[in-house]
Amino acid sequence: MTTSQTISELKKAFPALEFSEFRGETRAVAPVESLFDVLKDLKERLDFDMLVDITCVDYLRYPGAKDRFGLVYLLANTETAERITIRAFVNDPQPAVPSAVSLWEGANWLEREVWDMFGIRFEGHPDPRRILLPDEFTAFPLRKDYPLQGRGERHNFPVLTRAESG
Amino acid sequence: MPLTPAFSPGDLSHDEPQPYVWTLNFGPQHPATHTTLRLVLKLEGETVIDAMPDIGYLHSGFEKIGEELDYNQYVTVTDRMNYVSPMANNVAWHLAVEKLMGIEVPPRCQYIRVIISELARISDHLVCNGAVGLDTGAFTHFIYAFNPREQLYDIFEALCGARFTNSYTRVGGLMYDISPKAIEMIREFLDKIPKTFDDMERLLNRNRIFIDRTKGVGVLTKADALDRGCSGPIARASGVTRDLRKDEPYLAYRDFDFDVCCATEGDCLARYMVRMGEMRESVKIVRQAIENLPAGPVNVGPGRRAILPEKGAVFSTIEGLISHFEVVMTNRGFETPCEEVYASVEAPNGELGFYLVGDGSQRAYRARCRPPSFINFALFPHLIRGHTLSDIVAVLGSLNIIAAELDR
Repeated sequence: MTTSQTISELKKAFPALEFSEFRGETRAVAPVESLFDVLKDLKERLDFDMLVDITCVDYLRYPGAKDRFGLVYLLANTETAERITIRAFVNDPQPAVPSAVSLWEGANWLEREVWDMFGIRFEGHPDPRRILLPDEFTAFPLRKDYPLQGRGERHNFPVLTRAESG
Repeated sequence: MPLTPAFSPGDLSHDEPQPYVWTLNFGPQHPATHTTLRLVLKLEGETVIDAMPDIGYLHSGFEKIGEELDYNQYVTVTDRMNYVSPMANNVAWHLAVEKLMGIEVPPRCQYIRVIISELARISDHLVCNGAVGLDTGAFTHFIYAFNPREQLYDIFEALCGARFTNSYTRVGGLMYDISPKAIEMIREFLDKIPKTFDDMERLLNRNRIFIDRTKGVGVLTKADALDRGCSGPIARASGVTRDLRKDEPYLAYRDFDFDVCCATEGDCLARYMVRMGEMRESVKIVRQAIENLPAGPVNVGPGRRAILPEKGAVFSTIEGLISHFEVVMTNRGFETPCEEVYASVEAPNGELGFYLVGDGSQRAYRARCRPPSFINFALFPHLIRGHTLSDIVAVLGSLNIIAAELDR
């Protein structure tokens, strides 16, 4: 639930936000340029003190979608139990958004996971490494153009011959 | 074959003279990690200067699989995320699916889901608190804590036939209604379990060694807990009062009288105490739910093409067979809107949520899991800095990391 007061405050500060509601959840789409400012404003002025999750959706085959990737920030206010979802769209070839680690330390691993799985750059991230997959891995497996089976699992590991394996 | 280090080489460079700093590899196969995770520790003598978690050993692409399985099939995968409390994962998954589809489950189903969630919480906390004792040298305590889990497995077996990976929930209801035998078993369990809690508390709460090993170790302040997105018993041990069962009552939690256990110290001992308190509260909730179990159907009516018909009807009537096929066939299946929802529950480890994107088909377009273990484990380097090597197991045990959920 998000109160109408929060929504009107946000609308006043950021007229570019597009609000929508579904099953009691308030979502706002922010332009990438003002994404960091929106998050900062939510945290520092409107008391959304908890970053619940950062995730991403690849809209490659989504009906009616115009953009490739949608970043999703789920925020919560632990005092009033308000929630809000902020979304931002980025596109190929260099999908990148500003990092939120300076606002919430908890964003660190979440952003690393999004980079690992989708290849979205978080500019200003203090530790931009892969987190779940090995560093040798070259693909981003949760992208929709990555098949469930058949590519990427082993193709970039060196092949040993019988003679070499001793 | 050269192995690339999982951390960047700059992290542990020894360019400046640091004669007493050495590196220790902890895990991935170590009894005290409980699961498969690795820590690269930077030590000065016995003091941990820094710890670098290296995770991903159990990564099995659960979120990718979620885009290939339908809404009922994926529940088997959620079992394997947090295998210590699979029932809570089942409930969380189908709560998100039902929110996406706009299904309200009947009161009886809500009550049963509350019962299984709370039994899952007891089962999780028994393991976690038992293991904290085990890690700090109290083996007997672990045995006392682990013993009642056998009864819980029996209850789950009576409910759904499976002991460990339950997959009990279905879209719009449950696999089976609760049987009188299961109710009897739950009542018996509720009568016996407080004695186990008493035993555990008598064994450990005034134990000098245990207190010394856990008090003041791994302190998490309230500000840090919020900054790092902590939830569940770990946040509540640090003074964050957030509990989704109270703050955003889902299912039937509004009907029950229970307290939220909190502490302010934020150390390993506080986390242990909060979990002990939560188990007693869970017993209270289950008792209220089982005595006030509403009558009526357990699944939503046949008007919605969402719920699988009873197996008896499928095998003996043509209508049952047709309605079964209506749900499982790939071109008929579920009706979902092209929308996105997030639904979360208060799982034993913290806020477990699913971010679901529906695209009109019978499969999720994206099935993101917000895993509490992942977010809680990110705390670890922060908690352990400045403590000794032997404190690692105490802190790790009190965070209750389940690596299958950590890596998914």
